[in-house]
Amino acid sequence: MHAAQILINALVLGCLYACIAIGFSLVWGVLNVINLIHGSFIVLGAYLAFALYYLLHLSPWYAVVVAAPLFFVLGYLLQRLILNRVITAPVLVTLTLTFGLDLILNNAMIYFFRADYRKLTLAPPLGSISILGVVVPVDRLIATASALALTGILYLLLRRSRVGRAIVAVRLDRDAAVLMGVDVKSIYAIAFGLGAALAGCAGVVMALIFPISPLTSSGYLGKAFVVCVLGGLGSVSGALAGGLLLALVAGVGSTFFGPSHATTLSFVLLIIFLILRPQGLLGRKGFE
Amino acid sequence: MTRVNVSLLVLIACVAALPLFGGAYALRLGTIACMYSILALSWNVVGGFAGYPSFATAAFFGFGAYATGVLMNDGLPLWLSVVIAAAAALLLAALLGAVLLRLRGHYFAIASLSLVEVLRELVNNATDLTGGGMGLNIPLVAGSSVMSDATFFFYAMWGLFLATALMVMAVASSKLGFGLACIRQNETASSMVGLNTTFYKSLAFGLSACFVSAAGGVYAACVHYIDPSDVFDILYSVKPIVMALMGGLGSPLGVACGAFLYLGLEEVVWRNYVQIHTGVLGLLIVMLLLFLPHGLISLRPGRFRRRAKHV
Repeated sequence: MHAAQILINALVLGCLYACIAIGFSLVWGVLNVINLIHGSFIVLGAYLAFALYYLLHLSPWYAVVVAAPLFFVLGYLLQRLILNRVITAPVLVTLTLTFGLDLILNNAMIYFFRADYRKLTLAPPLGSISILGVVVPVDRLIATASALALTGILYLLLRRSRVGRAIVAVRLDRDAAVLMGVDVKSIYAIAFGLGAALAGCAGVVMALIFPISPLTSSGYLGKAFVVCVLGGLGSVSGALAGGLLLALVAGVGSTFFGPSHATTLSFVLLIIFLILRPQGLLGRKGFE
Repeated sequence: MTRVNVSLLVLIACVAALPLFGGAYALRLGTIACMYSILALSWNVVGGFAGYPSFATAAFFGFGAYATGVLMNDGLPLWLSVVIAAAAALLLAALLGAVLLRLRGHYFAIASLSLVEVLRELVNNATDLTGGGMGLNIPLVAGSSVMSDATFFFYAMWGLFLATALMVMAVASSKLGFGLACIRQNETASSMVGLNTTFYKSLAFGLSACFVSAAGGVYAACVHYIDPSDVFDILYSVKPIVMALMGGLGSPLGVACGAFLYLGLEEVVWRNYVQIHTGVLGLLIVMLLLFLPHGLISLRPGRFRRRAKHV
């Protein structure tokens, strides 16, 4: 029974981790940019859900619908106006640039929203359900379902739509995509916009479960790093596999070594994977 | 000895005269200026010479601070603790480097970033040894008055700054520096012509970590109290990069000037706009990368050329 509970917890947490990481993975895979603003975007999304719930009494389900286009536009503009200028520069420049942008956004959030931890509490609490002795809180269940839905939508978008195929084409071979008539600049901006939109939606989902504060952004970012490296870059299934593996390791690790060592364990796992299997669980060699 | 190296030594000598003019505040600023220069110069060995985007500076800074703090609490004198911390960091970084430096580009950046996280979490959890989240108090050393304390630590940091500058010059003019430049330009080719790239890279990583760790040790003794979120702050990894980019990658004089200039800007911003100082720092980084990607050194008359970076 104990093992089943750990497994269910890992499953729930794994889907949430995947949801945190897919946007990051998409941007890294397609633009070859490590997007350090990702964590702050997630927190901003959480604040959006918080504000909509308490100011306009809109439930978080609608907040997803508001967040997606808003963050898409934000990400699109950010890429077009700033990141596009250094997109061909070495990793040091793009990484430091997104770090600078993250400092600005994070400081702005601390300035306007304060660093206090807040919590979005739904007015009638949803409670929890228990099946055969395994307890799952309903809000986590709903968050997991939304996370899976977001992942599914991205998967369908990349698979079925024209834009999605163009994004995959640019990811596989930029130059060949140009020769096939793909407008790489606009695809870059769309991919970054999609990454931002996914981060915003992930933030809304996280607001249901975790406390909200600008200080939590680095935690989300760290999770995104680990999930991407574990699962493999740029693919939706890779993010899911990485999220599940990370949650499983963190869950089992904190059961055996105590919760304070879970973070250390996940980063040690990250370094081991980087060295032994840099393409990740589901990635193909030479594909990065 | 090139003209640039001589100017760097002259600059360092000028800094040494600071106690003649300033009070305790100027000495504290001078100490921090020397510390930033050490971090930036050390980073330059890996990031500038070898071209590896290392974000591990904070890891070794914190390592040095904690190693020195723990040793001093065991009753060792300051200088011995710092030397041991530096030697331990040299070994640790050379060993880690042999493994981590096999990664390239984004993967190395991520691995070095997570090194900071791993060390911070380890220190956080080893409460018996390091005090964990409660932090660590470090016994006073010089201690008779505020001024003598400030002067002592200023000269300690200044000495390290001088040593780091000499190390960087020695590396730049030696076979090691040449090898690192080859690695930066084409690693595969340099290993094809018989360069032991792993050894060169690990040595560079170790040397860089060694001085960073010593600076961390002196810093810890200077502030008398450290805690994991302070000394393992990821900003200690990013600031040296910004300084090096500000001054001009690869040039020791440029990097040291970048560190001084950065400190000046940071101090002005910090004093006037406390609430938004990280935001202003971010804005500075963005502006710098967009409009002056080759640093101040590219502003030298005659060498100033504007070229579109984006294609």
